Amino acid sequence: MALFEAKNVTKQYGSSLALDNVSISVPEQCIYGLLGPNGAGKTTLIRIINQITGPDSGELFLNGKKLVPSDVQLIGYLPEERGLYKKMKVGEQALYFAQLKGLPKAEAMRRLKYWFKKLDIIDWWGKKVEELSKGMAQKVQFVTTVLHEPKLLIFDEPFTGFDPLNTKIVKDEILFLRERGATIIFSTHNMESVEELCDNITLINKAKTILEGSVNEIRSKWAANEYDLVFNGNVKIEGNGHYNILKQQNDNDRSVIRLKTTSDISTNDILQNVMGAGSIISFNPALPSMNEIFIRVVEARN
Amino acid sequence: MNKISVIIKREYITRVRKKSFIIMTILAPILMAAIITVPTILMMNQSGDYKKIAVIEDNSNLFKGVIKNTKDAEFVYLENTRVDDLKKTFEKAGYYGILYISPELINTPNAAYIISKKQPPIGLLTHIESSLKKEIERQKLLSYKIENLDDIMKNVETNVSVQTKKLDESGVEQGTSTGIAMALAYILGFLMYMLVFIFGAQVMRGVIEEKTSRVVEVIISSVKPIQLMMGKIIGIALVGLTQFLIWIFLTVGIVGVLKTTILAKTNVTEISQTMPQNMMAGNQQTAGTVKTADASPALSEFSKMLDNAMNQPWGLIIVCFIFYFVTGYLLYASVFAAIGSAVDNETETQQFMLPVTIPIILGLMVAMGTMQNPESPLSFWCSMIPLTSPIVMMARIPFGVPGWQIAVSMAIMLVTFAAFVWMAAKVYRTGILMYGKKTSWKEMWKWLRYSG
Repeated sequence: MALFEAKNVTKQYGSSLALDNVSISVPEQCIYGLLGPNGAGKTTLIRIINQITGPDSGELFLNGKKLVPSDVQLIGYLPEERGLYKKMKVGEQALYFAQLKGLPKAEAMRRLKYWFKKLDIIDWWGKKVEELSKGMAQKVQFVTTVLHEPKLLIFDEPFTGFDPLNTKIVKDEILFLRERGATIIFSTHNMESVEELCDNITLINKAKTILEGSVNEIRSKWAANEYDLVFNGNVKIEGNGHYNILKQQNDNDRSVIRLKTTSDISTNDILQNVMGAGSIISFNPALPSMNEIFIRVVEARN
Repeated sequence: MNKISVIIKREYITRVRKKSFIIMTILAPILMAAIITVPTILMMNQSGDYKKIAVIEDNSNLFKGVIKNTKDAEFVYLENTRVDDLKKTFEKAGYYGILYISPELINTPNAAYIISKKQPPIGLLTHIESSLKKEIERQKLLSYKIENLDDIMKNVETNVSVQTKKLDESGVEQGTSTGIAMALAYILGFLMYMLVFIFGAQVMRGVIEEKTSRVVEVIISSVKPIQLMMGKIIGIALVGLTQFLIWIFLTVGIVGVLKTTILAKTNVTEISQTMPQNMMAGNQQTAGTVKTADASPALSEFSKMLDNAMNQPWGLIIVCFIFYFVTGYLLYASVFAAIGSAVDNETETQQFMLPVTIPIILGLMVAMGTMQNPESPLSFWCSMIPLTSPIVMMARIPFGVPGWQIAVSMAIMLVTFAAFVWMAAKVYRTGILMYGKKTSWKEMWKWLRYSG
């Protein structure tokens, strides 16, 4: 069942259309990627989900029920344009945000201590925000986003500013939250993390949805007709009437070959054709990276 | 509602804890107390400074005994002494200075001079001048050979002090003092101006801080923009009230302590004589109180002033002040919040500040004019127009304003304030999420019409 649904959402700012009849459906416990070039309308959609602005038309559902103002308690949002009060102490500030989300003070305190210890920032509790490094501040923001244990989490570029180690820590926390039942909408330009984390995506360009579905399905669909062959040893094969060789590469006693079929030859027939050339280690459909798909789809539209 | 109180609390506590707040809160009353007490202390020290002055008039004896001794100056008439001789020795002889009066003085007005090491006080000079003037006038009159001149002169000498009485509704005369009403009008008008301006500007800075630090989007995913805006405005208003209350208590306290410790040494009648004299001096012309230099009526004058101060409609003043402060502050603070939301940093506020500052300054100027003429049409209209009415109406009230005028002004104020808060909230909601675009009034007008 879909935890969150947006149906035919349209939003206009003056004469410019920010969202044109966009629909998304986010299954429960899914990590849902919201992709698109800059200015495509992602932030507008996220703001509408957070009820920061309202749509001109369209409907929003959380848990099958129409979205209402009190639902902000069930949503956690880490905006791309995020910040903290520089002059305020870290702990006090985290407590303030927790109270704004409706948590009672004592409960907020207990959970904050837990998270601060878990992310190893407890020593910074009494420090002012301006003394924090960027990554440190990001961790604090991450904590304040998830503290009230929301059903729906929205992360807009959550990894910018983190070193690889902290990126991993936060990634693991996101996966952990999903394990515990949270549903996550994830907006980023970092396509590697999309491949790694996302189950489903929607790609928005110029206010319209141009691609949606599960990451695996999309990649196989776009992979059509390309295969990667790996041989043991130094092997060379030639193209024929059924396929072309796109790329041959030898390294460390291995040969990696990409071929593209030009007829409707079956994979078994391809294997039969190349088996004589050497010992095959692997044969896979060559999945395009999300990066390639993103560029190709958006460029085709423009 | 609960969330607003969380916001109000944060806005209040972070500001009250600031060093600048604590320093200002403690320092200002000390300064105020100094302004109030130092002149009094100086005045008293002055009166204790006894001066002996040698008077030389080249043995003409035209003015002998004319200048009477006062409580802080003694005039010694020296005969057979030349100014040039005394010049070198007068200090050793115990004189403060030498007053030389030429016999030519009757015909040449500047034929007298005073020599001293220090600048002689104005009071002393005035005393000498008026004494000599009177004597010359007397001598000139004498030359007309009028019979019984002395009796006539005595008969002519008069003291005048114009009293003002105001009829209240029941027809009972009340003693009032235009001076008190003016002082009150001035203080109330100015206080209003300061409150609105200082704390309104703080609201604006707070909004800009939230916008530039990018904290605002996190917050408005938890609360409505209008809750954040109102929480900030109310929190800052409470900071302002706290500061003012502390100021009033501390100032009164410090002045009280100083009065009892320092002034207790001096005898009481002296204080009550010098104080009102000094206070009335500034008001003399406009207050319509014509006084002679004679100090004897001063005591009764002072107690009359106190009575008059008590006769002010304090209940009405307090109610109106609270009303106009709350609505006026909310009106301006919400405009300031809207401006803060529309810009990316404080330097960009200039273009928007001017149109907001003009009505406030205008209000203050009209309020000053109101003291001269509280019934003028300008004062009337400015006390109706909501952008100036908080300042101007407060300045008018001590002079007495018909009830219906206050009612109409308040009604207009309420409607406008509600409209302004509503519009500001709409601009604010859009503005806080706009980055990197230079905003114009036209742009803000467009935001007003965006839907939720």
